Amino acid sequence: MIQQGQEEPAAIPTVNIDGANVPFTEGETLYEICSRQKKDVPTLCYDPRLDPFGGCRLCVVELEGARNPVASCTTRATAGMKVRTKTEAIENHRRTLLELVVSENRQVEVDELAGYASQELKILVERYDANRGRFQGKQSGQSRDDDDNPFILRDYDQCISCYRCVRVCAEQEGDHAISVMNRGFDTRITTEFNGLLRDSDCTFCGQCVQTCPTGALADKKALKHVDVPGKIEKTRSVCPYCGVGCSVDLLSKGDKLVGVLPAMDGPANEGALCVKGQFAFGFVQHDDRLKTPMVRDEDGKLHATSWDNALDRAAEGLRAVVERHGREALYAIASGRAPHEAAYTMQKMMRAGWGLNHIDNCSRA
Amino acid sequence: MSNPLADMDKPDVFFCIGTNMTECHPVAATRIKKGVAAGAKLIVVDPRQIELAKRADLHLPIRVGSDTALLLAMTHVIARDDLVDQSFTAERTTGLEEFIEHVRDFSPEWAAGICEVPAEDIEAAARIYGQAERGAIYYTLGITEHICGVDNVKSLCNLALMTGHIGREGTGINPMRGQNNIQGAGDCGAIPNNYPGFQPVDDPAHQEKFERLWGTRVDLERGMTKVTALERCGESVFGMVINGENTLLSDPDRAHCQHALESLDHLIVIDLFLTETAKLAHVVLPATAWAETDGVCTNTERRVQRLRAAVPAQGEAMPDWWIITQIAKRLGFEGFDYESAEDVFNELCQVSPLYNGLDWDRIDNSEYHWPVPDKDHPGTPRLHEDGFVNGRGIFSCTTYRDPAETINDEYPLWLTTGRRLQSYHTHTQTGRAGGMEYFLPGESLEIHPDDVTRLGLTDGEACRMSSPRGTVDIIVKATTKSPPGTVFTSFSFEDTPVNALTGSGYDPTTHTAELKVCPVRVEPIAAG
Repeated sequence: MIQQGQEEPAAIPTVNIDGANVPFTEGETLYEICSRQKKDVPTLCYDPRLDPFGGCRLCVVELEGARNPVASCTTRATAGMKVRTKTEAIENHRRTLLELVVSENRQVEVDELAGYASQELKILVERYDANRGRFQGKQSGQSRDDDDNPFILRDYDQCISCYRCVRVCAEQEGDHAISVMNRGFDTRITTEFNGLLRDSDCTFCGQCVQTCPTGALADKKALKHVDVPGKIEKTRSVCPYCGVGCSVDLLSKGDKLVGVLPAMDGPANEGALCVKGQFAFGFVQHDDRLKTPMVRDEDGKLHATSWDNALDRAAEGLRAVVERHGREALYAIASGRAPHEAAYTMQKMMRAGWGLNHIDNCSRA
Repeated sequence: MSNPLADMDKPDVFFCIGTNMTECHPVAATRIKKGVAAGAKLIVVDPRQIELAKRADLHLPIRVGSDTALLLAMTHVIARDDLVDQSFTAERTTGLEEFIEHVRDFSPEWAAGICEVPAEDIEAAARIYGQAERGAIYYTLGITEHICGVDNVKSLCNLALMTGHIGREGTGINPMRGQNNIQGAGDCGAIPNNYPGFQPVDDPAHQEKFERLWGTRVDLERGMTKVTALERCGESVFGMVINGENTLLSDPDRAHCQHALESLDHLIVIDLFLTETAKLAHVVLPATAWAETDGVCTNTERRVQRLRAAVPAQGEAMPDWWIITQIAKRLGFEGFDYESAEDVFNELCQVSPLYNGLDWDRIDNSEYHWPVPDKDHPGTPRLHEDGFVNGRGIFSCTTYRDPAETINDEYPLWLTTGRRLQSYHTHTQTGRAGGMEYFLPGESLEIHPDDVTRLGLTDGEACRMSSPRGTVDIIVKATTKSPPGTVFTSFSFEDTPVNALTGSGYDPTTHTAELKVCPVRVEPIAAG
């Protein structure tokens, strides 16, 4: 045990960011500290969930004593560092880098439905006015129009080789389905044997789509709704599939459900989803949905009817069973898929209504 | 789960048994994959070569239904090799000495003969888990869907209690719940033995409490389970309400289920689709779906979360709670004057001690794990940290017994059933999601290539699979994912209703069906 007062408490280490001394914790990078300080340091290859990479070099900052600007995302803070985040030289440097990125890309504008991070390049290009055609020349990337999977668009003409897809697949998912081949202008994001995603270790969780900053990897299903009129609304909810309870943001335009985004701050999933949560929302507005109540008529068939009639028939039928066989002839099965309010009212109807504990749910099968 | 999902980066040993997590709980599985990549050890117990097994330090492909034998032998090794956590067991458990005496006979060699895995591997599993700093158990229906499901869970508790791997960060006994709100259905009292908040119905104090709250007296006797109710349809059960369950496809012994539901005088089904079950109903009521409904659900780590509507209902569909309260009102029942899901949830919070500290607004940020006994309580991400609810942890002297049916000359293969990544339960949702058919156009029967040859089957062609209860024709898929002698398929597809075959037996306590074990015969379909 350390006796109190035996040692002087160690001074909390700080770095100086644009003139202000900022405390930091061991292992923090300059980029993380700048983000905490709400410094608008641009980046394209950064995803807070992934290991530092230092690919795009946009997050460079001036570090006193260093000959060249350093990438803030890969530089760990040490006590006493002096950093400047937004000098004219740094901003010019960033603009030139962005102009080079843009010159390789076929388009900068992509629809928001492409994915969670899909607007990052566009926003930076606008901020730095970097689409002025100063560099013209070779383009990189090669789209895989032949990949006929229904979920993930592989429009590599838009790829800027930030490797976020490769890294998220390896580091977050542990699947290593996406890899890189060649170098320079010939760099290709690919899969094993350069085949279709379906033939790789890809599980179609959509994480690569959501981290892509340019829409090179994009949500094909959501993009089908580009022409649906209206603004995209986001509604926070929870995935309807397994018991993990991943938080999602539902995307809707008017009355139409158009897509799903993983919630980066979802406590159960921290930005992750699986193929079901990401892409299997289409059942909600499927034509097979029951649109009206139905009752079985004397012809033995189910026929559409009004709520009033159906509810009357539902209640009358239960009452008739009780009259003929007693209340104990009733039973109710609640759903493990419907919300609490369904299960609570169902058990209350059985208990408070008939005094019966004849209630169960689907957990035994 | 005793521990939160966030704890999954903390164990140094993962013990995963009867859980195909990469397909059934994929996002939780990413946490295990990351833990393993960071150096944690992974033990996987599963008859099949599932994805987790490929990543395991040790995989025990035990014969289906032999879990209790394996777990008994592991506790034997832990006792024999002095791996018992003496201070934990002394402070927090009872019955250790008797238990150690009980497991003395259950050696790894004994279990090896039942489980069909080498005794050395059983020893290794026991030592790795027993020597862990933080060992965490994860399981799913591979543990519970057996006639000995309760014994399997108790055996897992024995393991955790002996080694002190409970009540601390990165440890615990963690069942992965299968459906989005299956935990919530129990929380809300939609079970025959408990009021909301798991308050036993056979305790007169609870009977009195709810009589005071609701103004009516509820039976003191526990209700029957769904399994019993289905058995009694047409005999003593004549009216049923089913909400959002495709019983006909999901439950064991389909012929029996169909007969049961058809023999009812009155069946009300509340659902999104005209499912196979809804087609048998007298009244079908359309419910609003996820994304159309405001409400609450509880996930596998007991986290209480809000669901929010984003789009309007299809057609005239209405929320489940509204439909049920409308029926209740028509029957003249009092206390169903809710105007919103919020009203219903807030009433639940008042009557459930686990939710007393919660209300609709407080769960807006998904931050609470129950129990939350009062408004000043921060919630309980980790259970059993300060003690067990009933005092001390009790060891259970479990014993092994064979599955309800075992293989024989007529039915010489083990069938075990499960789920696929791209399909969910009876496929009513994923089958209509658009796109899943690209990955999973239909079901197939996974059979080891040696069995395919031995049985004269052809990979990619249909075979006929039979049990004493039924027959299903299904495409053969030759794969070493299945061990020789064991075949696998899911119950998701209407055209291969594998639950026509299952239903050999039920756990005597929980009435959970033995869906993981069913002896079958597989044969070529005769030409012509």
